[in-house]
Amino acid sequence: MSAVGTSWGRYPHARQAVVPLHWRDAALPASEGSVLAYGNGRSYGDVCLNDGGTLLHTRGLDRYIAFDPATGILRCEAGVLFADILDFAVPRGWFLPVTPGTRFVTVGGAIANDVHGKNHHGAGTFGEHLLRFELLRSDGTRIECSPTQNVDLYTATIGGLGLTGVIVWAEFGLLRIASPWMAQETQRFANLREFFALSAQSERDYAYTVAWIDCAANGDSFGRGLFFRANHAPASAAAHAPRQGLLTVPFTPPFSLINSLSLRAFNELYYRRAREGNTIVHYEPYFYPLDAIGEWNRIYGPRGLLQYQCVVPPEAAEAAVIELLKRIAASGSGSFLAVLKVFADRPSAGILSFPRAGTTLALDFPNLGAATFSLLDRLDDIVAAAGGAVYPAKDARLSGLRFRQYFPRWQSMLPQIDPKFSSGFWRRVME
Amino acid sequence: MRKILIIGATSAIAEATARIFATRGDALFLVARNADRLQAIKADLDVRGAVRSATATLDVADFAAHQAIIDQAERELGGLDTVLIAHGTLSDQGECEKSVAALRREFDVNALSTMALLTTLANTFEARKAGTLAVISSVAGDRGRQSNYVYGSAKAAVTAFLSGLRQRLAKSNVDVLTIKPGFVDTPMTANIANKGALWAKPDAVAAGIARAIDKRRSVVYLPWFWCLIMLVIKHIPEPIFKKLKL
Repeated sequence: MSAVGTSWGRYPHARQAVVPLHWRDAALPASEGSVLAYGNGRSYGDVCLNDGGTLLHTRGLDRYIAFDPATGILRCEAGVLFADILDFAVPRGWFLPVTPGTRFVTVGGAIANDVHGKNHHGAGTFGEHLLRFELLRSDGTRIECSPTQNVDLYTATIGGLGLTGVIVWAEFGLLRIASPWMAQETQRFANLREFFALSAQSERDYAYTVAWIDCAANGDSFGRGLFFRANHAPASAAAHAPRQGLLTVPFTPPFSLINSLSLRAFNELYYRRAREGNTIVHYEPYFYPLDAIGEWNRIYGPRGLLQYQCVVPPEAAEAAVIELLKRIAASGSGSFLAVLKVFADRPSAGILSFPRAGTTLALDFPNLGAATFSLLDRLDDIVAAAGGAVYPAKDARLSGLRFRQYFPRWQSMLPQIDPKFSSGFWRRVME
Repeated sequence: MRKILIIGATSAIAEATARIFATRGDALFLVARNADRLQAIKADLDVRGAVRSATATLDVADFAAHQAIIDQAERELGGLDTVLIAHGTLSDQGECEKSVAALRREFDVNALSTMALLTTLANTFEARKAGTLAVISSVAGDRGRQSNYVYGSAKAAVTAFLSGLRQRLAKSNVDVLTIKPGFVDTPMTANIANKGALWAKPDAVAAGIARAIDKRRSVVYLPWFWCLIMLVIKHIPEPIFKKLKL
């Protein structure tokens, strides 16, 4: 079966054969050309696409294997969604140790992209909580990897973009929680200096910190935003039930609904309407606000969107973020949800893991063709000069030169890559 | 809490339905051909909350083994009140047109084995005056079509058998549920390309099965709109039907 596939950014389009996997004891299906595991397609660009080859759909590998209610250690097949784990774990008093901004990712995808969340400063990446996993290679061998077993493959597979084989199952520790509620505090900040101060003073007492920044603002408003910090709430906290999944973007409009006008208006409103202070919110709207709008990626029109998430090291962070924001504001382009977060200085488990000490900025841009690509190339100039990196999970256009600058250990990946595995992303950056 | 026997437990629809049962704390006895896959499903159901679970392997075409499996289920679960029969093969229509042996094999698996299991189970449940027999038939059994009339006629036999059995067991307070799924995206149908809007996910069909069992329904089409589609297909006059390529 051949199908045109896209990832969450709806760019690029790739044509590849699709073969579903259903059983963890089964051998990999025979196929011509290269193969790549595909989970739920929530990475934005082409790390999950394999134009001209085969995608092995792993959603059929969605069984739990073991759960220890005393320790919170869960073992499950790699196609299980974070959303399913939450439905299972939260009523039992457990939570994901690390979660990205959507719960519709698979465990395998979370490992292959070594995802991070708002608790990076305290919890690191998802890979840090991984106890072991099984890798199925194209030669039929099954290799159990852990921090003490097959370590080279372990560190190559975490953040390894699916290139080392199919992750069949994984085991990781969940986080104890007392309630499904979050105690959140919102504060406005007027400029980046205030953001960095708020971030520094919140790290010790708040498990989760993140900021939204108005990337359409200039002049006196430049660098303004909202700072959100939160902890899991105690059992005594209770509020109204969440209202989730009410809306779906029913079709793709013929052009992007995101343009400089709607963007400026949205950012202005978002900043002004935000209520400062403390609130109790359910974990779903707290962690996954965009999951409430089904297929939200459609609002960017048929050409899709380009996400850009970078990290710049601490010493260069403030200057680099200012330069990035100025460059974006000058372009008239911009993002509904520009997200800013300070990563802690804790080494990620994977060779190609993205998180590292510094400040990360995430933005999405409607794909307007050459103008957008050229803007992102200019942003790369700033990030590279600052000694930073760009997140492959969100990328669709990075050059090989930049990739090798951003991930200087890329060569130690090469011996670990399964010779039959490849992706659109990998072929692009290895050119 | 139900004590449930599932025949064909490694089928995608059966597995999805078993997850619903397990999540609400039912006890499950799982039967299929492949021991390793049964084990994988059992472990999953245990984590999800099955209060008790056990497995056994069976080739349904081995009719002599049926009674022992049912007895084993009764023993393992400490009784039995619900049975879901979900096994089946999507017949190779072309092969069945050429080979009587293939035709008989398909009828053994998709029709006779189901009827044999039901004959045994019906007598037990009738004597107890309680229980639910839920069986996956198919919309394909509503009218034979050239593309799969061997599979369809085997399912038609099951549907007719269930109809009569339901009438008989209604007097004994035993529910008989005929489940007619339409197109479902499962490993059994993985070879069919271009799955359009009519295709349902196993989860959705499973939710419909659990609901129908709880509500003590007699016949369900899943998803529901298949009852309209089949109503139309059943009423196409033969002169026109003969010219179609369904």
